[in-house]
Amino acid sequence: MIRTLPQSKSYSIGFKIYIILFFVFLFAPLLITCVLAFNDSIFPALPWKGFTLDWFFSDGPERVGIFHDQINLASIWVSFRTAFFVALLSTVVGTCGAFLFEQETFRFKQLLYFLMLAPLVIPGVILGISILLFSNTLGLFFEGRFGIDISLLRPGFWLVVLGQFSFITTLVTLIVSAQLKKFDYTLEEAALNLGANRFEVIVHITLRFLKPALLGAMAVAFLMSFENFNTTLFLVGSDATLPINLYLQVRDGSTPVINAISFLLIVGTSSLALFNLFIQRDRSE
Amino acid sequence: MKTLAEAKSKLPLFIFLTPILLWLILLIVLPHLDLLRMSFRIENDYGDMVWSVNNYLEFFREPIYWLTFTRTALYAIIVTFLTLCISLPVAFYITKVAPPKFKGFLSLLLLMPFWVSELVRIYGWMILLRESGVVNHFLLRWGVLRQPVEMLYNDVAMTMGLVYTSMLFMVVPLLSVLDSLDDSLIEAAFDLGSSMITIVWKIIIPHAMPGIASGSIVVFMLSLGNYLTPNLMGGKNSLWFTEQIYNQFIASFNWNQGSAFGFLLLIISSLIIFVGLKLTKQKLSGVIQ
Repeated sequence: MIRTLPQSKSYSIGFKIYIILFFVFLFAPLLITCVLAFNDSIFPALPWKGFTLDWFFSDGPERVGIFHDQINLASIWVSFRTAFFVALLSTVVGTCGAFLFEQETFRFKQLLYFLMLAPLVIPGVILGISILLFSNTLGLFFEGRFGIDISLLRPGFWLVVLGQFSFITTLVTLIVSAQLKKFDYTLEEAALNLGANRFEVIVHITLRFLKPALLGAMAVAFLMSFENFNTTLFLVGSDATLPINLYLQVRDGSTPVINAISFLLIVGTSSLALFNLFIQRDRSE
Repeated sequence: MKTLAEAKSKLPLFIFLTPILLWLILLIVLPHLDLLRMSFRIENDYGDMVWSVNNYLEFFREPIYWLTFTRTALYAIIVTFLTLCISLPVAFYITKVAPPKFKGFLSLLLLMPFWVSELVRIYGWMILLRESGVVNHFLLRWGVLRQPVEMLYNDVAMTMGLVYTSMLFMVVPLLSVLDSLDDSLIEAAFDLGSSMITIVWKIIIPHAMPGIASGSIVVFMLSLGNYLTPNLMGGKNSLWFTEQIYNQFIASFNWNQGSAFGFLLLIISSLIIFVGLKLTKQKLSGVIQ
């Protein structure tokens, strides 16, 4: 049954096979995507026709590798910029949220906390359409009342940033709060006794203590933003982010260039995940 | 002596509160109120916008709409149940059966695929399952099949895709809840001669209930609101409710109808979460963490 109890042979072998099958199920789609990025064939399918780096480096005319594919490169760049701003904004606001809910007391705190959790249980699609509607309503209002056209309120780069920010900030708040809970408040009191004011305490003591959590939260926010599809779908303008752009290509057929991009994404996110793990481990030692 | 409480002025409170209020009111509260408002507006015969419940009536009048809605909810329940059945033994193996030195490694390995974008994972399945795909290639080569079969674009493929996509949110709470189960309980039951089935039903499942509940709620919600997986892996006639919303917004440009659908999805999703929390006596904040 469990490791301290005697196990029958069929039980332990059967269980092992189940676990192996489970991990095959888990990794098969990712492995095959990576392998086929290097296949010398114009379709992302078997049989294996030999190793090639064409889908990364070839610059045409028959094959255009990812590093020469202007549309895909442009969308990667859009995603990078979006993720950068979302990570920055949500880390700043999320840290404010963590301080607010962990250290301050005020009326309706419970209600506000509940509202802060809400973005996580609202389906991403609904978040997307409601922000689209509201920005449209605001845009019409400003145009009708003051005759000014605010391009910020039309689907496009900044609306995508705001849409992703709206739920990623909740995650950041939760991550930073979890770390702030472990904070030893006597450190703050000591600094206050030595004559520091509250902001000096936050900058020199609390934020320094939170640094690994902040970096981790920023990495998570970056990743979540980079990969977001559901909310972005409704807010995107002319400059598509990578997931939107990939979706359009996958829907209409596929080339090994998509595999090449997927390979880069898998390698990129895994290293970011390991980086995050490394920060956490560094702290606990 | 100055204590922390005395040093607190109102100023930090306002500095922390302002961005939070701006965020929650401008991006969460007002947009959803606007969604509700839009769902009650229709264009009358003269082209003016008037108040009406017509968008909601339309949902019940057209079978395609409420059938899609029920279908989506049913499939989300099936997906949740399957995810639970697959994840529970895995979580049990990692926490209780596997040698302790592999525990960390196995949990890490388990989480790796979920860092990768959902689109890439679904794309991987598409390459595997489609008519010219890898699975067909091997089945043909081994002589299992004479000609390739289309395994993609049906409900089975879609269900599997949804299970795969949301697995993480079931496994993680199960891992933490089973980790806290005291081995001696199982040992005692075993010494007293209970069978494995009794141990699973009387000890493991009752103990894992909080984890099962929170995992199920999250998986259900994510499946219900998923757009990518049903769209790319499901068949042409197997509509998902989020696709109906997308069609109303982007294809027919009927934002009012789309808002009504969106609001209905929001209601069913919140309702199920609420009922799930009440039945298992848990708090939302506990489930999310």
